[in-house]
Amino acid sequence: MKKVFERPKSMKKNIFHYCAGCGHSIAHRLIAEVIDELGIRGVLIGVLPAGCAVLAYNYFDVDMIEAQHGRGPATATGIKRALPDRVVFCYQGDGDLAAIGIAESFHAANRGENITVVFINNAVYGMTGGQMAPTSMLGQRTTTSPGGRKSLLDGYPIQVSEVFSLLPGTSYIERCTVNSPASILKAKKAIRKAFQCQIDGRGFSLVEILSPCPTNWKMTPIESCRWIDEVMSKTFPLGVIKDLPEIKKKGDKRHDG
Amino acid sequence: MKGHIIIDSGLCKECHLCIEACKKGLITPSHEFNSRGYRPVCFNQERGECTGCALCAIVCPDIAIEVYRE
Repeated sequence: MKKVFERPKSMKKNIFHYCAGCGHSIAHRLIAEVIDELGIRGVLIGVLPAGCAVLAYNYFDVDMIEAQHGRGPATATGIKRALPDRVVFCYQGDGDLAAIGIAESFHAANRGENITVVFINNAVYGMTGGQMAPTSMLGQRTTTSPGGRKSLLDGYPIQVSEVFSLLPGTSYIERCTVNSPASILKAKKAIRKAFQCQIDGRGFSLVEILSPCPTNWKMTPIESCRWIDEVMSKTFPLGVIKDLPEIKKKGDKRHDG
Repeated sequence: MKGHIIIDSGLCKECHLCIEACKKGLITPSHEFNSRGYRPVCFNQERGECTGCALCAIVCPDIAIEVYRE
């Protein structure tokens, strides 16, 4: 019998510290599979966030650097400019990208840095105990919005992908989810395309992944997968949001990498 | 036998996503605990024939399932 599914080679044999049913571990596996398929394990540098994925260097068997909270794209900018032949990706959560690090991410996208950002959106601050994030749904109960999020008091959920797609520097933006086998395969395709985008030197690419957080949503893993379909994907519609063929920057050798 | 899966009981965290994903219902919950306090799922081949579609392995967050196919 032939082995048709196994642990990706760029993933270490450590047990994930994530909760049961967490989307982070699926996203990790998809990134590792893409790294294996593209054969970029030797030239890849990952930039990690603060948040649940802070220990992801225990799982990826590639070079990793730990950025300050929210400053992943700024760190990745430096790495990519100093070493343009490397493939640099930034792994960020919604507290990291949409809250504390929105300025760094926004300006990295606006500069059209040739990096890839994987943005995990689970609508709460996972690591600190399920507080309200900028991406929480209206009416969502969290530990800091026990009566549900109200637009008058807390504003509206930020649609990061749509905001970034307005910037001319971004080339590829897609929102996907990891709540079913079909959507996981779609998410893998999106991540692969985002990395390919960077290898082709097309500029900033971002993949937003709607990820289940059963512990902080106070649901079972199966209920939280359904909740993504029924509630979350109404506020955050899935699909390709931006896909530019090529960014023309004459005389700019930064984008040759 | 078309397909076969091996579940690493040390890695399983009983999220039961694989039970939902298996169209043939070959994966079932168990009552035995592993060393980390979870009750890993088990693969019951007598309930039907595994096709080796790998849907269980694709949804498994902890990469606990290996799939073999002829």
